[in-house]
Amino acid sequence: MKYGYYPGCSLRVTAFEYDKSLVRVFNHLGAELVEAKDWFCCGASAAHSTSQGVAHALSLKILSLYEKEGIKDVVVPCAACFSRFKTAAYELEEEPEKRKTFDEIISYEYKNSVTIKHPIEAILKDFKKKDLEAKAVRKLNDLKLVCFYGCLLVRPPKIMKFDEAEYPVMMDKLVSTTGAKTLDWNYKTECCGVSLSLSRTDIVLKLTNDILTDAMNVGADVVVVACPLCHSNLDTRQKDIEKEYNKKLGIPVLYFTQVLGLAYGMSPKELGIPSHLTDAMGLLKEKKII
Amino acid sequence: MSAPAKRIELKLTGEQQKFLTEVKQISGQNANLCYQCKKCTAGCPVARTGAMDLTPTQVIHAIRLGQIDLVLNSHTIWVCASCETCTTRCPQGVDIAKVIDAARNYAKAIGRVDAEKSIDIFFNAFMKSIERNGRLYELGLALGIKMKTLEFTKDMELGREMFFKGKLKIFPHKTKNIKEIKEMLKKVRELESK
Ligand code: SF4
Ligand code: SF4
Repeated sequence: MKYGYYPGCSLRVTAFEYDKSLVRVFNHLGAELVEAKDWFCCGASAAHSTSQGVAHALSLKILSLYEKEGIKDVVVPCAACFSRFKTAAYELEEEPEKRKTFDEIISYEYKNSVTIKHPIEAILKDFKKKDLEAKAVRKLNDLKLVCFYGCLLVRPPKIMKFDEAEYPVMMDKLVSTTGAKTLDWNYKTECCGVSLSLSRTDIVLKLTNDILTDAMNVGADVVVVACPLCHSNLDTRQKDIEKEYNKKLGIPVLYFTQVLGLAYGMSPKELGIPSHLTDAMGLLKEKKII
Repeated sequence: MSAPAKRIELKLTGEQQKFLTEVKQISGQNANLCYQCKKCTAGCPVARTGAMDLTPTQVIHAIRLGQIDLVLNSHTIWVCASCETCTTRCPQGVDIAKVIDAARNYAKAIGRVDAEKSIDIFFNAFMKSIERNGRLYELGLALGIKMKTLEFTKDMELGREMFFKGKLKIFPHKTKNIKEIKEMLKKVRELESK
């Protein structure tokens, strides 16, 4: 099996652990991820905050790189890129009168033939549950997880069409194939405010404090995420939150691909786990996973 | 019997009318559909933190009334995190996040960005990074922001830690199609300024 792959900028720098673990997990499942040559940045929140036209042009141009290479499905692990692409494709479909303008802007007649998939969707759709369970040679039965979906994976539902917007369960289903238990909690789809991370850090600390505190209150060992931006906000800001709110946090934040990889017998190092700022190695040892 | 309610005439200035029309055009949304149930505000994570001076409901109402100064001077249109909760829940199908985005786009187009300077600096630095490199260059982005905000010590410790974990690269990754991207963005901007 072969998928197109758009890692997005974060996965090549700040979130290299996600890239590493995602590629390993897909390969382990027998799937190949192929990048389009010279893919570039989708502009995330900065582009659409500046101009709708700029945002759509960037997304459509990137998608056209994949269409030109004959790629049907492209796997997009970052929720922000995923949302930008889905929005651009949706608006192209809804407003066909804009097609000509955009074709001219991107110098290509984009046919909107590329299906944009988050890796959770790709795995759940293309692999059977029992096969996934069979791959889990290292059962994580002792681990209690809360799955954090954040905003852009699920909202707005008319565009994203990714699970139930107010209470999604797809990530829970997927990581449960490892034997780990996923818990019910209140902040599954809350916003971590990442677009404000470098500008209004004060707002971000409040939002992330609420999310992490609820995770700890329901008794989770780990917060599982499916987006490099959610990860960076929840993992790297814990010390700042501790200082700001005079409390103790230290709850590990793992990518769903790292949870799967651990169950498939991979080492934490292969999955980039020691590179997180909030230590997860102590917990893995304590639970005798490593 | 009470007298029939007087109809209040709202006279918009040319500037207000233009604002109203453009926000409607950019967003494709009809703010008049709002019946002020405040559901958007109730679920807004940023309103909950106290960082918004107008609630999302008030922004929609002010836009409906063409109140350009109220909207463009507000912090709300900048601190909105584009989380789409409001849009998802509005019983009237108003895409509030998109209306706010349109107000932001309009503010940028006419250069009224003073309400939240640091956010505008972030957006500009981000876009510049794409035009220069094709891909986002995070360290360059962070340094570019510092040069503008002059907050040199902010996040220094975090940056240092990230660097030692291999999470920041010293040099940008430049894609080969930078020229093409630049030209494309120029085309969009020309079209939009018409
Ligand atoms: S949720 Fe919709 S109808 Fe209700 S106040 Fe907000 S914009 Fe108006
Ligand atoms: S999109 Fe903006 S206004 Fe709407 S709920 Fe999110 S932060 Fe609030």
